[in-house]
Amino acid sequence: MSWTRNVMRVNLTEGTIGNEPLNMEWAMEYLGQRGLATRYLMEEIDPKCDALGPENKLIMVTGPLTGTMASTGGRYSVVTKSPLTGTVACSNSGGFLGAEIKSAGWDMIIFEGKSPRPVYLYVEDEQAELVPAEPLWGKSVWETDEWLHKHHQDPLLRIAAVGRAAEQGNLYAAIVNDLHRAAGRSGVGTVMASKHLKAVAVRGTRGVGNLRDPQAFMKAVSAGKKVLAENEVTGAGLPQYGTQVLMNVINESGAMPTRNMREVQFEGAAEISGEAMHEPRKTDGKANLVTNAACYGCTIACGRISRMDQRHFSIKTSPKYWGASGGLEYEAAWALGSDTGIKDMEALTYANFLCNEDGIDPISFGSTVAAAMELYEEGVLTDKDTDGIKLKFGSAEALCKVAELTARGEGFGRILGMGSKRMCEKYGRPELSMTVKGQEFPAYDPRGIQGMGLGYATSNRGACHLRGYSVSSEILGAPEKTDPLSTEGKPALMKSVQDAAAVVDSTGLCAFTTFAWTLDDIAPQVDAACEGGWTSEKLLEVGERVWNLERQFNLAAGFTAKDDTLPPRMLKEAAPTGPAKGRVSDLHKMLPEYYKLRGWSEDGVPTAETRNRLGL
Amino acid sequence: MLKSLQIEPEKCTGCLQCELACSYQAEGVFNPAISRIKVFTFHEEGRFVPYTCTQCEEAWCMHACPVEAIVLNPETGAKEVKADVCVGCKVCTIACPFGTVNYQQSTGVVYKCDLCGGDPECAKACPTEAITWVDADHTGLERMRAHAAGSGTGGAG
Repeated sequence: MSWTRNVMRVNLTEGTIGNEPLNMEWAMEYLGQRGLATRYLMEEIDPKCDALGPENKLIMVTGPLTGTMASTGGRYSVVTKSPLTGTVACSNSGGFLGAEIKSAGWDMIIFEGKSPRPVYLYVEDEQAELVPAEPLWGKSVWETDEWLHKHHQDPLLRIAAVGRAAEQGNLYAAIVNDLHRAAGRSGVGTVMASKHLKAVAVRGTRGVGNLRDPQAFMKAVSAGKKVLAENEVTGAGLPQYGTQVLMNVINESGAMPTRNMREVQFEGAAEISGEAMHEPRKTDGKANLVTNAACYGCTIACGRISRMDQRHFSIKTSPKYWGASGGLEYEAAWALGSDTGIKDMEALTYANFLCNEDGIDPISFGSTVAAAMELYEEGVLTDKDTDGIKLKFGSAEALCKVAELTARGEGFGRILGMGSKRMCEKYGRPELSMTVKGQEFPAYDPRGIQGMGLGYATSNRGACHLRGYSVSSEILGAPEKTDPLSTEGKPALMKSVQDAAAVVDSTGLCAFTTFAWTLDDIAPQVDAACEGGWTSEKLLEVGERVWNLERQFNLAAGFTAKDDTLPPRMLKEAAPTGPAKGRVSDLHKMLPEYYKLRGWSEDGVPTAETRNRLGL
Repeated sequence: MLKSLQIEPEKCTGCLQCELACSYQAEGVFNPAISRIKVFTFHEEGRFVPYTCTQCEEAWCMHACPVEAIVLNPETGAKEVKADVCVGCKVCTIACPFGTVNYQQSTGVVYKCDLCGGDPECAKACPTEAITWVDADHTGLERMRAHAAGSGTGGAG
């Protein structure tokens, strides 16, 4: 059955820790991770609550396949209400922590209330305690990780922590685990810090077993691994270039958001691409990329481990950045590079190190810097506001400086820490914020990939590529190619990729498997592990149920159909170059059909019939 | 013909599939904490190194055992722990220069790699061929071939 059936409940206000059985009725309807924790959240908090108040809860949750040998089965999610968007937040992370939580015997950990003093949670199998964390408050994630390993004299401890940005109220702070994997988006780290919870340190030695049909499971796992190995993307492109395999592809498609999305192609894309990470640097003859790396159980291994040029201006006097660490993924390279017009890959790598070191989302950070650069060029922001930093598009020096300030929550970094929406509103130019529901765009311009415009507008956590990745079809042709410039069929496509993503996020598996796997590859693995009779159809229905539940959370939080929109730049300013030249996002052509397909009213509300059908 | 586990760390991605396969084969649970093979991560160097028993010919662990609980399997070359004979004295864990025999609190006996009776699961599970199961006399062959391929062309193999 693969659930441990144990839920840990940590009341931070009282300092108490309880153990309760998992609600198996909900597990049968929502499977695990994203879906199941959202069900708990919906039950336990008022969606209108203050995301940073003690009434919000934060759930670290695994899926039924987390900790098994299923390829990529090491994921966990953090589910809470987002302080950045006010919507439901669910941020998914790899690394090794998720499997460790499961191996310690827990399906999920629910944090509630707010500790009167900084604490961290220490878990050793069934034993758990809240430990005073005053010595750690004010430290970075990396310092915290090192301190906890030394203090507990346990090199095998797996750790998630928040950094200084979260402590200082940065609204897109991440929870970083295993030094450079992150529950990155929507400010879940900000919520954790608001509860005075600095870190979670886990040692699990029980292992994960208890499969419904072990033989069938091992057979399904082997079959799944083979499909991943033989697929062009998961078997070759991702291990070799990481997600950065997309940089040149998306740029050529004319969907590379550039300079705060004024443009759709970046002249420096090749210089910050996955291919470039393999090339010997002109400065020292060494490549930026040291190796690829896998998360727990993952046979794709898309992770990047990079080492910077020690003589780069940003780190020449800072030896702590001379070692190898988590390198640029596509989203980080785009947000820190293309969107800011910067093509110095070493500077981007440094900014990315800082995002990991202190736990900030590089997408929201890069995008907010891009908006600030436009404000600076327009003369709205001046040197007085920016601590004297010349915040021009293309300036690697400026990026490195503001990354340091934002990571530490100092000076102008506190303005950038508000996120693009609040910052642009503060300076009277809300239209320059490239956000939906307050969350910054990811790396696909909706003018050049029309389906993604619909995806951003309707995503339950604000602009996001991981809620529904129609890029697979529109650009990569998987499972079949559709025209990225056409809106035809996109509502149905978007609904299906959203539902599929919602259920994959509920299993414990990684979204990237879906470059190769369909639900027909996933269902046999889930079914062999878990009781419940899991077919592809049933999984897809779980996905649809999760999607509608999240929608209901957001409606209850006060969002309406009016919020399912894009910034005016996407709807009115045509793409200046490339295949999408002259195009805007035709969102209005897709949205009504999408609502209808979803079984929602014209106001974007799930009808009674839809709710009944899904058991909501 | 005896076969050996050949480990090429430069191919390892640190995914732990070997540890999961090992613990599942040995104990029916996915549990890196009791895997006979371990992957070590050297984060600042960006290196992952799988490490397990090399089945020494003159096995220190076997010689040190006072109750003859570690025995040679002549078919596989593995030095296997007889759990029902082991008294948990841990002398073998001191004798082994590589640290690949370990004590398990929950069982009170030691455990080590037994080559899965001649069909090691770690090698089958490894997605990158960082762990392979090869002719015991030719563990260096592929490395020689790689260097040979590079020689004369200026490549480093």
